[in-house]
Amino acid sequence: MNLLGIDLNQPATYKDIWEWVSVSMPNLIVIIIMVALFVAALLLPFPKGKDES
Amino acid sequence: MSTDTTPSAAPVSIDDFEPTTWTGSVRKKWITTLPPEKMLPENQPAYVASWIYVFGMLTITALIVVIASGCILTIGGIQWFHESSTGHFVNSLHFWSVQLFFLFMIVHLWGKFWMAAWRGNRGLTWATGAICFMAALATAFTGYTITTNFNAQWIAFESKDVMNAVGLGSWINVTNLGQMVGMHVVLLPLAVVAVVAMHVLLVRKHGVVPPIDALDPEAAVTASAAPSHSVDARTADTGEAATGSGSDVATTLEVSS
Amino acid sequence: MTRTTRKERNAFYARTWGGKNRHYDIFKEGAIALTITSILVVALSALFSSPDDPSLTFKGWAQSAPDNFYATAVQQLAGTSGTATYGPPYNDGDGVSVGALTLQKWGGVTHPVDSVNDLVITPLSSQVEPSNVTSALKTWNAAAPDQQTTWATAYDEAVQATADDNGDLHLDAVATGDYGPVPDLATGLLSMANSGAYDNAMTAQGQFFQTDQTKQLLMMGDGSHMDGIATDKTLQGNTWGMMNEAGSWPGQIWLAFWSVWYQLPAFNNADGGTLTDNADAIIFFILMGLILIFILVPWIPGIRDLPRWIPLHRLVWKDYYKKYGRFTS
Repeated sequence: MNLLGIDLNQPATYKDIWEWVSVSMPNLIVIIIMVALFVAALLLPFPKGKDES
Repeated sequence: MSTDTTPSAAPVSIDDFEPTTWTGSVRKKWITTLPPEKMLPENQPAYVASWIYVFGMLTITALIVVIASGCILTIGGIQWFHESSTGHFVNSLHFWSVQLFFLFMIVHLWGKFWMAAWRGNRGLTWATGAICFMAALATAFTGYTITTNFNAQWIAFESKDVMNAVGLGSWINVTNLGQMVGMHVVLLPLAVVAVVAMHVLLVRKHGVVPPIDALDPEAAVTASAAPSHSVDARTADTGEAATGSGSDVATTLEVSS
Repeated sequence: MTRTTRKERNAFYARTWGGKNRHYDIFKEGAIALTITSILVVALSALFSSPDDPSLTFKGWAQSAPDNFYATAVQQLAGTSGTATYGPPYNDGDGVSVGALTLQKWGGVTHPVDSVNDLVITPLSSQVEPSNVTSALKTWNAAAPDQQTTWATAYDEAVQATADDNGDLHLDAVATGDYGPVPDLATGLLSMANSGAYDNAMTAQGQFFQTDQTKQLLMMGDGSHMDGIATDKTLQGNTWGMMNEAGSWPGQIWLAFWSVWYQLPAFNNADGGTLTDNADAIIFFILMGLILIFILVPWIPGIRDLPRWIPLHRLVWKDYYKKYGRFTS
């Protein structure tokens, strides 16, 4: 079932980073998203709450 | 036990309660360790104010979706998703919820590491979290061996070498579909849920760890004329996971404004 | 920091928080998080679906690489296949070891697989065969084990000797010799595979309920069909295969800390690594060590001090420090 017809059923492209590090684009995207979420979580302001004692 | 027939008095507080049964002993231990206000509080310490804190919860929600979609897959059976587009959609739900589960868990792990969340006798909280990760890894692995497609063939074929090389292949036969289904659907999810429950209860028991270098709000703050503690920036106070029964010393602190 | 101060700080961190609190609804946060996660999962599923490469069959193998299937059948009879020489838990042998630790052998032969009978003779005998195969089976079964081995080994060597520089076999150029019934047995097995009968025989293995695919997978893995397809899909261990997925779906990135070791030259078949034979065992022990370290982080000096040395935590709690102060020198 493929709503927008985005077909991932074809070979991935690979990114060679160092001599022996070869990462697939989908994996690289997931890693980038993880790092981005982590950084965003640290930097984005959190809603101020009602302080009680 | 008395045979007194007078109406019972007001309930005894848990501190005064003297158990006379196994059940009562469990009640006392449970309520003392995890009183309702600790289990289900309406507030959190003021320092729980960062988006990094939501990733533990997000991980649990992803696990809920993993289990729910997994349950639907068990109704359809392990061949269902090859034959039915609905089945394939549910398989996709299971696949993507697993991806999100690990994604959120890793961000949660990074956060907890850099916050040294094991401080204040919370070492077991960290350890159970790490074990959660490993249990989840094993569960995901067995899941891949039961997809009854090329992936399952290849992953089972390759991973049997790892198991066999260390003698584990005698008990855990990754090429035995019948065995893997049972492990993936029953045994390992039970282990994951049990460890996650322990982990969450430990967080509730100890409370969220105060910030590194937070001032002790209950310590007496003396005038700034008193000598201050010098803190070597490279000597962590991130280390004490062992039981520290330090006295309630009124530390002399400088308040940085 | 002095030891006393560290103990005091730890005691403070361990105490029930007695400072300021803020209103916080955990269940509401959970409900919102569950909604967000569910929406994300449904969206990702609708947009991208999930991988489902059809499983390989012996019929597919026989049709796409008949010579390789034939040669693998011969190897099973000769006892030179990967399965036949594997060792425990499938058959006798030493298996891999790490120094004096022979854990594979220690596991014992708990899932016996006889490459000759389980993978060739029994399937052939399970159905009506052409007359040449029937008489080949009769000859084979009547012969002494030594004679069987002699025939099969001779034929295996002759078949392998036809390989050209690319590694392709030329079965029409096999030297003549005394191979007994072995060529007919291999031909019979190839025909069974071509018709799908070998798939059926290996799935059921003479039973009504049969859920153990060990024998089929071992046979499938002994040839080049599955291996070649895995290479094409970048799923071999030494190309980060542990982490990869078929097609363009994300794989198991959480296995990166395991997969990385198979890329090191020492463990890498492609680079003629010295440790490739027992790479699986060695890497398993490395991983167990890493996992132990991971679990014991709070008690390991140095590692547990990293958050203090690289103070990312100041970003987490910067508002709190601003409002309520920070313990400084």
